[in-house]
Amino acid sequence: MPSPAASLETAKRLQSISLECRIDIISMLQQAGSGHPGGSLSVIDILVTLFFHEMRMDPKDPHWSDRDRFVLSKGHGVPALYAVLSRKEAIPKGELSSLRQINSRLQGHPDRVLLPWVEASTGSLGQGLSIAQGIALGLKTQKNSARVYCVIGDGESQEGQIWETALSAPKYDLHNLVVFLDHNNGQIDGHVDQVMDIRPIADKWRAFRWAVWEIDGHDISQIISALEEAKGQTDSPCMIIAKTIKGKGVSFMENDVKWHGATPSKEEAERAISEIGERMKVV
Amino acid sequence: MISLDTAELNPFKATRDSFGEELHRLGAIHPKIVVLDADLSVSTKSVLFAKAFPDRFFQMGIAEANMVSTASGLASTGLVPFICSFGCFLAGRYETIRISIGYARANVKIIGTHAGLGIGEDGYSQMGLEDLNVLRALPGMILIQPSDDVTTRAAVRFAAEHVGPVYLRLTRQKLPALYSDQSIFQMGRGIIIREGEDIALIGTGSTVAEIIKASTLLKPRNPWIIDMPTIKPIDRALVKGLAHTCRWIVTVEDHQITGGLGSAVCEVLAEEKGRARVLRIGVQDTYGESGSPEALYEKYGLSAIRICQKVKELN
Repeated sequence: MPSPAASLETAKRLQSISLECRIDIISMLQQAGSGHPGGSLSVIDILVTLFFHEMRMDPKDPHWSDRDRFVLSKGHGVPALYAVLSRKEAIPKGELSSLRQINSRLQGHPDRVLLPWVEASTGSLGQGLSIAQGIALGLKTQKNSARVYCVIGDGESQEGQIWETALSAPKYDLHNLVVFLDHNNGQIDGHVDQVMDIRPIADKWRAFRWAVWEIDGHDISQIISALEEAKGQTDSPCMIIAKTIKGKGVSFMENDVKWHGATPSKEEAERAISEIGERMKVV
Repeated sequence: MISLDTAELNPFKATRDSFGEELHRLGAIHPKIVVLDADLSVSTKSVLFAKAFPDRFFQMGIAEANMVSTASGLASTGLVPFICSFGCFLAGRYETIRISIGYARANVKIIGTHAGLGIGEDGYSQMGLEDLNVLRALPGMILIQPSDDVTTRAAVRFAAEHVGPVYLRLTRQKLPALYSDQSIFQMGRGIIIREGEDIALIGTGSTVAEIIKASTLLKPRNPWIIDMPTIKPIDRALVKGLAHTCRWIVTVEDHQITGGLGSAVCEVLAEEKGRARVLRIGVQDTYGESGSPEALYEKYGLSAIRICQKVKELN
C-alpha cells in the first residue's frame, strides 16, 4: 500500500489532469457546436483515474495485445475520452478541434475503425457493455491477463441488453471486467428517477451476482480504492456505482439536464473555463 | 455438376446439418473459432461443436442481442465467433447487428437457420422471411444461402476464412444432394446448372431443387437453371448476361419478394441495358402460417408445379 502522503499526491495529480480535461471538453464542444457536455463532465474523473493511474497501456501502440481495454458504453460521453487520449498524447492535441467535423477521426460517437484507441463503436445504448464482456471473455479464453474497463450510464441502464449482460457475465466468472455506472441521474427527457426509475440499482447488480461498490465518482481517492479492491476479485465481475453530478465542475451546468445535449456559447464557454481555472489554482 | 437426367432430387440433408458437421470439422483445425448459441444449439446444430470443444462454446441463453455484441468483443481479441440462432431471431436484433457487427466491421459469422416457409408447422413467428431484406442493407455484409450439402460446407469454410461479417441462411428441412465438388461454390458467383434459351429460372437455397424439378416440366421452353448462393454481393455479370439473352428472368426464393434475391436481380436490371423482364416468385408481401413444408410451398407458389404454372403464363 502506498503511504497516505503518496496517495494524496496521486489524487492531487489526477485532479489537476481532470481539470485540464474539463477545459478541453468545454472548448471542443463549444467549437463543435453540438455534443454532450453534461455526461462528459460527470465521467471525466473516472476516465482520468483509469487512463493515468490504473490501466496498462502504451500511448504509442494502440494494438499492443496485452493492453488493458476501455469501452465507453455511454458513447455520447466521448469528448471525455478524446480529452484523456489527447492528454496521454495518444492523439495530437490539435486534433480535438476536429470533433464532429467532416473527415474527422473524432466522430460524434466513438468509432473503432477510424480511431484505433476506441475499442468499441458505441452510441446505440446497451451494446457497449456486451462488447466489453466479449472482450473480457476473449482475453480470458486466450489466457491474456489484460483487464477490461467499461462505463455505462444510468439512463442507459434502462436498456434491456444491459440486464442480459448482467445475467451472463457472472456465468463466465469475468473478474477481469470492471464496470463503472456513471450515476448522474440525468437523461435527455429529465431526471432518471422520473423518466424510468432504476432504483434500487446497487441491489439489482448484487442480485445479479456482481461484486458491487458504491462511491463518489468525483472523489479520486474513492475511485482508486474501489479499483484496488476490484483487483482482489477472483470470480465475480465488478460494478462500481459512481454517484456523479451531470455537468460537474461548471456551476451553471451542474444537475441541469438541459446540458445533456446542449453546447455552450463562446461566452458561456469562457465563463466555464475561467471557473475551472480558478479551481486549478486551489489544487 | 449434377446431371439433370439422373438427378436424384430426393431429400438428402438439411443445410443446418451440413453446417453443424462442417463447423465441427473446422473446430479441430482452426483453434480461433468460437461458437455462441442462444438456447437453440440442438436446432442450429452448433451442438456438435459444443460437445467436441466445450471451452470454445459459449451458451448465451435466450438473449440474442447480448450474443451479437459479445461476439463482436470476442472478435476484437482475434477470435472468429460464429453466432447461431434462427434467422428471424438474429435479424430481429437488427440494430444490434448494425452497430456491434456492421459498423464495427467485426469478424463475426452470423448463422441463421430455419429459413422461410420451409420450416413448416411452427408457423410464421419462427420463419426467417425478412432476414435477407434487413441484413442486405448493411455495408460489407456478405449474404450466402447454399442449396445443398456440398455448397453449405464450402460456404462455412469460406465464412471461417474470410475476414469480415458473413450471414449464412440455412434450412431446417432436408434438401437434395446437387453437387459433388466444393469448388463449385465461389462467393459472389452464381452457378449455371444448365444453359437454356429465353427464360432463366434463378433459385437460391431450398428453391434450387424446385426450379430443377420445374424445368423438367418445362422442357419445350428449355429454361436456364441458375443457383444463386450469394445474395450479396449479387453476381452482377451473370444477371447482366441473362438480361441480354433472355426475355424473362424468374427469381424463386423462400423469402419475402422484398429485399432478397428478386430485389437484388431487379436492382441490377434497372441499372443495366437488357431486354429481360422479371417475375419474382416468393412470399408475396404476406405473413406465413403453419402447415407441412410441402403444403406451404404449394399454397405460396414455391412448389415445382406452381412455378411451372407461373412460367407457362409468360409470353
